[in-house]
Amino acid sequence: MRGWLKSFLLAALALQFSTPVLADSLMPAAKYADEQLADPAKEHQAKVLMETIRCLVCQGQSIADSNAEMAGDMRALIRTRIEAGEKPEAIRAWLIERYGDWVSFKPPLDKLTWPLYALPALFLVLGIWIVSGRLKRRRKA
Amino acid sequence: MRKLLIWLPLGLFITFLVVFATGLISPESKTIPSKLVGKPMPPFALGPGLPGKPGLSSAELANGQPHLVNVFASWCVPCIAEAPQLRQLAEAGVPIYGIAIRDRPEDLARFIARNGDPFRAIGGDPNSSVQIALGSSGVPETFLVDGKGIIRRQHIGAINPEDVPGIMSALGDAR
Repeated sequence: MRGWLKSFLLAALALQFSTPVLADSLMPAAKYADEQLADPAKEHQAKVLMETIRCLVCQGQSIADSNAEMAGDMRALIRTRIEAGEKPEAIRAWLIERYGDWVSFKPPLDKLTWPLYALPALFLVLGIWIVSGRLKRRRKA
Repeated sequence: MRKLLIWLPLGLFITFLVVFATGLISPESKTIPSKLVGKPMPPFALGPGLPGKPGLSSAELANGQPHLVNVFASWCVPCIAEAPQLRQLAEAGVPIYGIAIRDRPEDLARFIARNGDPFRAIGGDPNSSVQIALGSSGVPETFLVDGKGIIRRQHIGAINPEDVPGIMSALGDAR
């Protein structure tokens, strides 16, 4: 066998026995990570909250969409707390206290974010003004 | 003036295009610092992560002495890289307490046997609940807590050899 082929085959063989480096634990997912709450109303509350909490590991996803272990643990934490009777907004506030507004997909209305809420209304008024001006001009013509 | 204004929409369009394109090409991925820095350690009580070694509760930590709380795991590769630095800090007399995330006692025992044991106690956090309560978003992370139980500093990622002097002096300031 030619030298390069032999080394290639050896390398391919070595790959079979190597284990990939995974940043994941060997523990199974927490109880409520992928298991729904028995009470549909509570499960709905939990689901709505989970869809607006950002995953810390895969940062573009919500924890409802993410397969990351930490997202699973956060889902379990939310379901456990809702099961215990806690209000979803209280849990959101608790998470924001720890990770900042960043962790929530629902931006709060404050000093920094008010243009986010005010600008659409402003643009609507501006649009109505421009259109009504044009319509008036056309009627005159 | 009017001639120039004609180009304004195109200019705006290109500006938006550039902003969105850069956002798509280099997706945002940043470290999220804990908002608890400057605030007291949240209350918690964890059972022992390793049999034969004490577990960890926040009450034991408020003992008047500055210390490090290392959030780690046996399955975490950078945790192996920071092990020598933790040993060095422990040898210098720094109290280091571990919180093992999603770990099994047998894996933890193997990790400690291979990488040394700088920990005074190791709390097992099987469902990351204390990690989330701390505002930590990964392993390894190290919290520097002062004698009154206030979190002074959060080190995200492995402690490298060049980080050790800074941590030592911060521990001195936290007295």
